[in-house]
Amino acid sequence: MEVVLKNLTKKFPSRDRKNHEDVIAVNDFTFEIPDGKLIGLLGPSGCGKSTTLNLISGLLKPTSGKIFFGEDDVTDLPPENRGIGLVFQNYALYPHLTVKQNILFPLQNLKGKDKLSKQEMLEKAYAAAKLVQIDELMDRKPGELSGGQQQRVAIARALVKMPRVLLLDEPLSNLDARLRLQTREEIRRIQRETQITTIFVTHDQEEAMSISDMIVVMKEGVVQQIGKPQEVYDSPANLFVAKFLGTPPINVFDGQVRDNKLYIGEDAVLDIRDVADQQVYVGVRPEGFILQEDGPLCCSLNGVEVMGRDISVVSTNKAALNSTVRSIIGTENKVNTQEPQVRFVLKPSKVFIFSKETEERIDFEVS
Amino acid sequence: MIRKKMIGSGLKGWLYLLPAILFLGFFMIYPLIDVFIYSFEEAYNSASQTYMGVGLYNYSYVLHDPYFLQAVKNTFILVIITVPLSTGIALLISVGLSSIRPLRNLFQTVYFLPYVTNTLAVGLVFMILFKKTAYTDGLINLIINWFGGSSVDFIDGPYWAKMFVLCFYTIWVVLPFKILILTSALSSVNQDYYKAAKVDGTSKLRTFMRITLPMISPMIFYLIITGFIGAFKAYSDAVALFGTNLNAAEMNTIVGYVYDMLYGDSGGYPSYASAAAIILFAIVLTITCINLLISKKNVHY
Repeated sequence: MEVVLKNLTKKFPSRDRKNHEDVIAVNDFTFEIPDGKLIGLLGPSGCGKSTTLNLISGLLKPTSGKIFFGEDDVTDLPPENRGIGLVFQNYALYPHLTVKQNILFPLQNLKGKDKLSKQEMLEKAYAAAKLVQIDELMDRKPGELSGGQQQRVAIARALVKMPRVLLLDEPLSNLDARLRLQTREEIRRIQRETQITTIFVTHDQEEAMSISDMIVVMKEGVVQQIGKPQEVYDSPANLFVAKFLGTPPINVFDGQVRDNKLYIGEDAVLDIRDVADQQVYVGVRPEGFILQEDGPLCCSLNGVEVMGRDISVVSTNKAALNSTVRSIIGTENKVNTQEPQVRFVLKPSKVFIFSKETEERIDFEVS
Repeated sequence: MIRKKMIGSGLKGWLYLLPAILFLGFFMIYPLIDVFIYSFEEAYNSASQTYMGVGLYNYSYVLHDPYFLQAVKNTFILVIITVPLSTGIALLISVGLSSIRPLRNLFQTVYFLPYVTNTLAVGLVFMILFKKTAYTDGLINLIINWFGGSSVDFIDGPYWAKMFVLCFYTIWVVLPFKILILTSALSSVNQDYYKAAKVDGTSKLRTFMRITLPMISPMIFYLIITGFIGAFKAYSDAVALFGTNLNAAEMNTIVGYVYDMLYGDSGGYPSYASAAAIILFAIVLTITCINLLISKKNVHY
């Protein structure tokens, strides 16, 4: 079931007495979500991703714009008629009902020709429970389950009526770090098995990149970039997207393009073509630094952190916007910690140039 | 050394508790035991502190006294009518209040007003509404006449009319507190449950019965228990409506009977009063235990 969003906008009236402008939570969002894919809505707090999810679910009415499930215009339909399953951030499992009763609850609402017999309901409930691997715990109450188990019950309850679209609101935020890895794999597995179009919201970029088929990066209600995770990582559309994805985060420097060379501070780090002379932001991914004794980029060495599989060289540079510059290099390199300076050469694929005014990425070619 | 410290800290705890223990002991436990003993001592005279014999005579007298039986009947009718009705009406009003957005504060204030009124003052107002005097039939009777019925004297007239006024009055007085408790209980229910139910297409009735009620069941249970206990102790409401000679009005309650026995004519009969009081205690204890048993299955914490 494709989900098509057309110019979706949601404005909230301002409560501020002085400033009468509406708060634009979602600004002109247009996107066609292909059938059967897992989409991640990614962004910092307040960027409009949960609002978008609520608009798709029908719990909120859009100010303008349309939502289509396949061919059907569902913009004016209430949530129960859209055929969606929703998993809340805090699961919202009914605490006084057992797991089995929780999963049966949506089925018991079906009326008329859709009404199921008790036997059919139980079969569906057990099928959903088996899918999320919770079938051993059917008679427990939610209070007797761990966070991860509650999560799975919530997913089972959302899936039991075979929705057209599955929506998850920050599914992993309430779990501890160890469970997060496990549960996000579960979500991926369940989505692959059921082939239901799934949209989930998160502020954790690692989570979004690891399991999504496509990610949508949002900031203050505006979509910044949509694409496959690796593409968005390798070709960020603007400075915000570049900074948001990647751990450790990208290093940003003040730089300039002059005479077909890219300068960071006073160091000419790359020879490039087809870019006009201007002041720019330069972003270099941590893995884009190569230790080289006579390399063009010079930084003052702070220290070296051992990370096991790599080492992280922490240094400072006058042109850097952050207080430290982090680079990840392989353990075969030996860094002489006695030297105050350390020199790098940069991998061009890991270097991005952004316009100083618009913060959009500027394409360049290495000459 | 360690043992000394442990005893020391225990001792401090007992010292902190001492004032409360003394207070409770003197004013609750000692009188309770005393009343229990008096109820078995026949013709106990509090002035001379003498009694004639020990036995169940007091209980047998009280249980055969027509005034006591009338009081028990009145109290039970009051309890059975007012507790379910007041809790039910309070629930409906609370749900209604939480559903409306405009003027909600206004209505909440209006429904809470009876709580801040004085029992006897309200009794007077009710007398004006319901009582038939030489000058007027009372406001309610005027309305009944206007609809074509005949006047009923609610204060001095037939038993059912008096019972009706008493129940109406009692419900009216206890309603605000129950509405307050239930409104706060309703607003403490996490809204996500309702959203989840909405997404699953749950009807309003089903949402109420299967989600709202279980979520606020501890509060409802609290109101029912305290409602029962309070209703069994009814007295001032009856006095406010019918005056202090409740036996004449056939509107006595168990507490009224105890009071009459203690302070009534000829110095009082503390033995009978004690027996009646112990009987009341036993009734309330039984009802509360029954309530607790029922709650185990239906109340969800």
